[in-house]
Amino acid sequence: MSDNAASFGNPDSDHISGRRWLSRLFMRHEALRGYSLLSPTLFIVTVGICIPLFILVGMSLWTQHGFDFDKTLTLASYFEISDQPIYAALLKRSILISAGCTLATVILAYPMAYFVAFHVHRHKMIWIILMTLPFWTSYLLRVFSWKIILGYNGVINSGLMGMGIIDQPLEFLLYSPLAVVITLTHAWSAFAILPIYVSLEKIDRSLLEAAADLGDGPVMRFIRITLPLSLPGIIAAALIIFIPTVGDYITPALLGGPDGIMLSNLIQAQFGKVNNWPMGAALAITLMLTVALFSIIFALVTRKVTERIA
Amino acid sequence: MNFSYINRPNRPLHVYAIVYLAFLYVPVLFLPLFSFNNSIFIAFPLKEFTTKWYVAMFNNEPMIAALANSIKVGVVTSIVATLLGVFAAKAVTRYRMPGKVPVIGFIMLPLVIPGIIFGVSLLILLSQMGVRLSLYTVTMGHIIVCVPFSMAALIPRFEGFDASIEEASADLGENMWWTFWRVTLPMVFPGIIASFLLCFTISFDEFIIAFFLSGTDPTLPIYMWGQLRFPDKLPGVLSLGSIILMISFIVVFVAHWIRTRGMPLQRAGGV
Repeated sequence: MSDNAASFGNPDSDHISGRRWLSRLFMRHEALRGYSLLSPTLFIVTVGICIPLFILVGMSLWTQHGFDFDKTLTLASYFEISDQPIYAALLKRSILISAGCTLATVILAYPMAYFVAFHVHRHKMIWIILMTLPFWTSYLLRVFSWKIILGYNGVINSGLMGMGIIDQPLEFLLYSPLAVVITLTHAWSAFAILPIYVSLEKIDRSLLEAAADLGDGPVMRFIRITLPLSLPGIIAAALIIFIPTVGDYITPALLGGPDGIMLSNLIQAQFGKVNNWPMGAALAITLMLTVALFSIIFALVTRKVTERIA
Repeated sequence: MNFSYINRPNRPLHVYAIVYLAFLYVPVLFLPLFSFNNSIFIAFPLKEFTTKWYVAMFNNEPMIAALANSIKVGVVTSIVATLLGVFAAKAVTRYRMPGKVPVIGFIMLPLVIPGIIFGVSLLILLSQMGVRLSLYTVTMGHIIVCVPFSMAALIPRFEGFDASIEEASADLGENMWWTFWRVTLPMVFPGIIASFLLCFTISFDEFIIAFFLSGTDPTLPIYMWGQLRFPDKLPGVLSLGSIILMISFIVVFVAHWIRTRGMPLQRAGGV
């Protein structure tokens, strides 16, 4: 396919008859033209994603010996993952933290998106910009700013102590799974607001009028019309947040403390300090498969629920 | 517009919206606040006002170098990703192709792969091929991540204008390239700008992939990550962060102003 693309943009070709044959082929076959336009992108994605993922699977079947790899294929790393309870515990915690953050983000963002979609009539764009503006700052600094808020001498502790409510700084605020959930909830808000807003904005207002005419009150209107019709936005938001947050290791590293470490921190360590790449690869694949499994289950369940409501 | 019984003003919701905006903004605004605080400790109570961190920032050569690296990577990434995005968006919107849906899904894959998995698998590939890690490898990783975003910004633009305009140009004797240059490109130009800005922002801020793929030259997020452990370097990082924050606020508002200029108010409300 990339050959076609090359001859496509090569006017100096001296195979005139070949060129004419090719251009006739192009004119006749729309799909061929489409795919030759797509080919550079497809090539990059294949080289950048498929091949690395295959090699990742391959490496997870090797074992580390000092600074070298033992390239005999074995499932040893996977057996170790299933034998040692620490891995399962970290995986469970990663999923729980991400799920908690996803839930919190969607629940907090929904009323906001609803407000802008239904109650803001002028300057909607200004509201949307206001909601997304904080996310143009560095992710790292946004995460760090929560350390200022939750820290030992942070905003909350010094505020509460200043008001005389507590004598000692609260230590559980920072370095806990809760801190990770709060920070991730803040850091990913925009990714929940936008898809939910778009799905709410698309709802045909005459459906709501019809429901009102037929005697449904505001609560029933919301449950029977607004909520089901905005479910696609909710599903999109949940997946957009759940998938990357499982793999985030900045937030747990900065705010998690020993109790808030996630599996991704361990994966990162395997490629750094611990220097056991095959183990890291096996953990990465375990994480990816778990995420995929949960995402598929989630999408299927919500689709079933939607069908039953509708 | 008479939805009075549906869109009746809702005071609690209005209050919630304002509280929520505060939740979004307050943590971010602590960064500029502490960048003017005359203490190396990022904690309350505040000391007196100072601009010394901003002055020190300009003499901080490693930081300036990291900033330059990030800008280089970001510019190359956004140009290449947008170019690939334009080709791909034109292909999927203009041609009937068998297997179009799975192919689009395939290109969108980076959106659903956690960054850490993508980062380590690229690292393994590069190390097995014996490629030395450098800004080039970071750029490569960023391009792959940015292509789906570029396509997402461009596809609506291509869908939004009538293909018959391109056909008219062809009928009037322009060849494929001139049609693209004189008809298609001006029509999709706002999408190209959007894609460029989006890709640049993503690349400029991207940490996880850069962490695995950068060699001895750090990008800005990698440099900042290193500084977070040294309290005496932190205020400098905060002042740089504040400046970046201000620049991005200005860019977003200018972009909005350009978009809505000359548009009737009603239109400006839509997304």
